[in-house]
Amino acid sequence: MRLTCPLCGSRDRREFYYYGADTYLNRPAPDAPMAAWDDYLHLRDNPAGVTRDLWYHEQGCAQWLKVTRNTVTHEISAVELVAGPAAGGKGASE
Amino acid sequence: MPELIAKSAIDAGPVTKGGASLALMEPGPISSIALYAHGAEAGAKGLETLGLSFPAPGQSQENGAARILWTGRDQAFLIGAEAPAMEGAAITDQSDGWAAFSLSGAGVEDVLSRLVAVDVRLSAFAPGQVVRTGLNHMPMILRRASAEAFEIYTFRSMARSAWHELEEVMGQLAARGTLKS
Repeated sequence: MRLTCPLCGSRDRREFYYYGADTYLNRPAPDAPMAAWDDYLHLRDNPAGVTRDLWYHEQGCAQWLKVTRNTVTHEISAVELVAGPAAGGKGASE
Repeated sequence: MPELIAKSAIDAGPVTKGGASLALMEPGPISSIALYAHGAEAGAKGLETLGLSFPAPGQSQENGAARILWTGRDQAFLIGAEAPAMEGAAITDQSDGWAAFSLSGAGVEDVLSRLVAVDVRLSAFAPGQVVRTGLNHMPMILRRASAEAFEIYTFRSMARSAWHELEEVMGQLAARGTLKS
C-alpha cells in the first residue's frame, strides 16, 4: 500500500501511522450533551466501501493526512492535508 | 569564559568501499525556520539577505556555504550560515541535534537503494532535491548535493547507528563486486 502525501509525493505505507476515522476532526463543543461525546469517542461506522480516516506522515513531513479510501477495492481516491495548504512553499512536489 | 571544544558526533574517519565514500561533514550552524501563518512574506525578506528564498516542497537552494532545505510544511532548515534576523518565522537553533555525512561516488545510488524506501536513483532524484524519510528505521533528511554526492542528516544521537548501517551496506556491495569477475 502506498499513500501520495500532498507534500512529499508517493510513499510507502511504513512511513505512516494510522490513527482512525476522520470523525476525530469534528470535536464536539465542551458543553455538548454526553451522547455527542459518547458518539465522538466511541461510535464508529464500519463501511464496506468509501471511508475517510486519518494518517500521520511520521517518517516524512510530520503532517496529519485525511485519506479517502475504499475498503472493498482498496482504491485510495484522495489524500489531503488536515492543516490546509502551506503558506510558504508553493505546491506539492512533482 | 571557558573555551568549549566542539566534538564531532562520532569518531569515524572517511571510508571508501566499492564505489562509494562515506565521510563526516561539518555543516556549520543548523537552524529550523518555521513560518508562522501569514509569515511567508516577512520570512522571504529575511532569507533574501542570504540570497536564498523559502524552498518548495522537496527542494533546496544553495548560495556559497549557505543552503536551505525543505523539511516540512512551512518549515525549512538553514544550514551553513547563521540565521538572519527575520520576522514571520520561529527560528530554532538545531546545530547540536544533527549529524551530517556525505556519501559520494559512482556506487552511491546502490548504497541508498538498500536503506531508503524512496526512489532516489540518480535518474529520478535531481541535484538539489531533498527528501525527508527513513534511513532504514532512522529519521533522515537526504539531499542530493551534486552529480554523485548526497548529504545525509540524522539525529546526532543516532549517528553511530547511521554510520554503521551505511558502512555495512558499502561493505556488502563491495563484496558482491568482487564476485562478478
